[in-house]
Amino acid sequence: MSVLVFTENWDGKFKKLSFELVSYATKLAEMLNTSAVVLSIGPVADEELRKLGNYGAAKILNATGDGLNSLDNQSWVNIIFQVAEKVDATVLVLSNNNTGKALAPRLSVRMKAGIGAGVNGLPKSTVPFVVSKKVYSGNAFADLLIRSEKKILTLSQNSFELVEKPGTPEIENYPVSLDPGTLKTRVKEVHKQTGKILLTDAEIVVSGGRGMKSPDNWGPLIELADLLGAATACSRPVSDEGWRPHEEHTGQTGKIIAPNLYIAIGISGATQHLAGVSSSKCIVAINSDKDAPVFEAARYGIVGDAAKILPQLVEAVKEIKGK
Amino acid sequence: MRILVCISNVPDTTTRVKFVENSTKLDTGGIQWVINPWDELSLTRALELKDDPANNIQQITVAHVGLAGAEPTIRKALAIGADDALRVNADPTEAYFVALQLANVIREDPYDIILCGIESSDYNGSTVGGMLAEFLDIPSVSAVSSLNIENGEVLIDREIDGGKEKVTASMPFVAIVQKGIAKEPRIAAMRGIMMARSKTLKVTEPVSTEPMTEVLEFHMPKPHAACKFIDPEQPKQLVELLHNEAKVI
Repeated sequence: MSVLVFTENWDGKFKKLSFELVSYATKLAEMLNTSAVVLSIGPVADEELRKLGNYGAAKILNATGDGLNSLDNQSWVNIIFQVAEKVDATVLVLSNNNTGKALAPRLSVRMKAGIGAGVNGLPKSTVPFVVSKKVYSGNAFADLLIRSEKKILTLSQNSFELVEKPGTPEIENYPVSLDPGTLKTRVKEVHKQTGKILLTDAEIVVSGGRGMKSPDNWGPLIELADLLGAATACSRPVSDEGWRPHEEHTGQTGKIIAPNLYIAIGISGATQHLAGVSSSKCIVAINSDKDAPVFEAARYGIVGDAAKILPQLVEAVKEIKGK
Repeated sequence: MRILVCISNVPDTTTRVKFVENSTKLDTGGIQWVINPWDELSLTRALELKDDPANNIQQITVAHVGLAGAEPTIRKALAIGADDALRVNADPTEAYFVALQLANVIREDPYDIILCGIESSDYNGSTVGGMLAEFLDIPSVSAVSSLNIENGEVLIDREIDGGKEKVTASMPFVAIVQKGIAKEPRIAAMRGIMMARSKTLKVTEPVSTEPMTEVLEFHMPKPHAACKFIDPEQPKQLVELLHNEAKVI
């Protein structure tokens, strides 16, 4: 028996998300009196794989072979399924990111495993197996009983603290023979933003709404984000108006994020917007309307005009950062 | 070519949800039910594709797993422009059950492209589309933000961490669709509403299966402390609080 955790890699590198997954799987394995096995798919150097050992992985399997450079759901599901059988996985853990959402449901059918999607903590109990998950876009939580013998959990990003547990895991190569000619989906082009902090990875997010009044006023917001090492985001009306790119839209139908700090500037806080950011650990609201619903979700607030307040915040952050 | 759009019937997204029967059931009193937002965008995109005769799309069907109470939502999809509808007459208790029922009806009468919204705004599972594809043993592409047909080939934009991939998929396949697929949901016109009444809505009975999961109880989020307001003349205080008290910067 084991807990199997799958992490993707990004051009051969892991990121915080991977370490969160391994920390989570290790803690879960402790609850089940077993150990955590990690599966990585695609080319990753041993030195990079060993980093996963810092968070308690007992064993690391590295699936390598032709045709694994891009995600084909069916072939990746085959690999994960075979490895789950090989290591007798009782629980499979994936991220609740794009890749995890693509693979976990298929694996649920293949493994006949009930799925707890988007969990943000360890199970409340393991016998019976009960997890808590967000429902109604964060307006409520549900205690979900997973009845099946095998289980799949997808972990929300930035919801589980890293727990260091250094060890020297066994690294095993798992060769995969995949005929690229048989793949039913093919990637023709890849477009990646470079040099920008990804919204879903960011620990701090600075976000602007209609209260910013014009796309020309984003300068100080971006400066504040740069000083804080933050990603920038926006509300739906702002992306619909084309003031900011769609990728920045946070909210129920846009990106759902859980940074440590979310600064909402000129955002009134419609239910649909808050649904996308309510898991943030600390929310700051700056809005000229003192009755704006965003203040109900915020820990700190300033009632005032963003155009006046933003430059002063920039100066204050510069001071604290010693710049 | 035939397209199937799977739709879910969900509370309007501005609903403040409440629960009854010892917090085990949603209080449906006063709730306005709508087509799940991502499913509505999927349907819109399917209709846009059908509008172009070059794409050679003969039929757009909507499928729903749910009880008769969902029929107004299905009729709305027909009013927007779907040609016909299927309803599997069962309470949609969990994603696995829903996907199994959909797979069952699709096996009887296959489609070339199956569209599912990336999640439903009630259970937020993001699972039905992928499960359906696995039940049918056909390809799936997730996080789809654009779908086009060029010379009979389907071109899909898939969102990845920090970017996009252009992907092709061989038919039949399931596309799991997110924001960007269509700009605004299409709205039903009066003519559409009149026509929807006479369109076919076929009802079939479910196949039985063992439940995989079950919601034991709902909880409301913990109330958090009231907002601490900072003097707008002293924004510096905010930065100090974030640094010293919240310790987030």
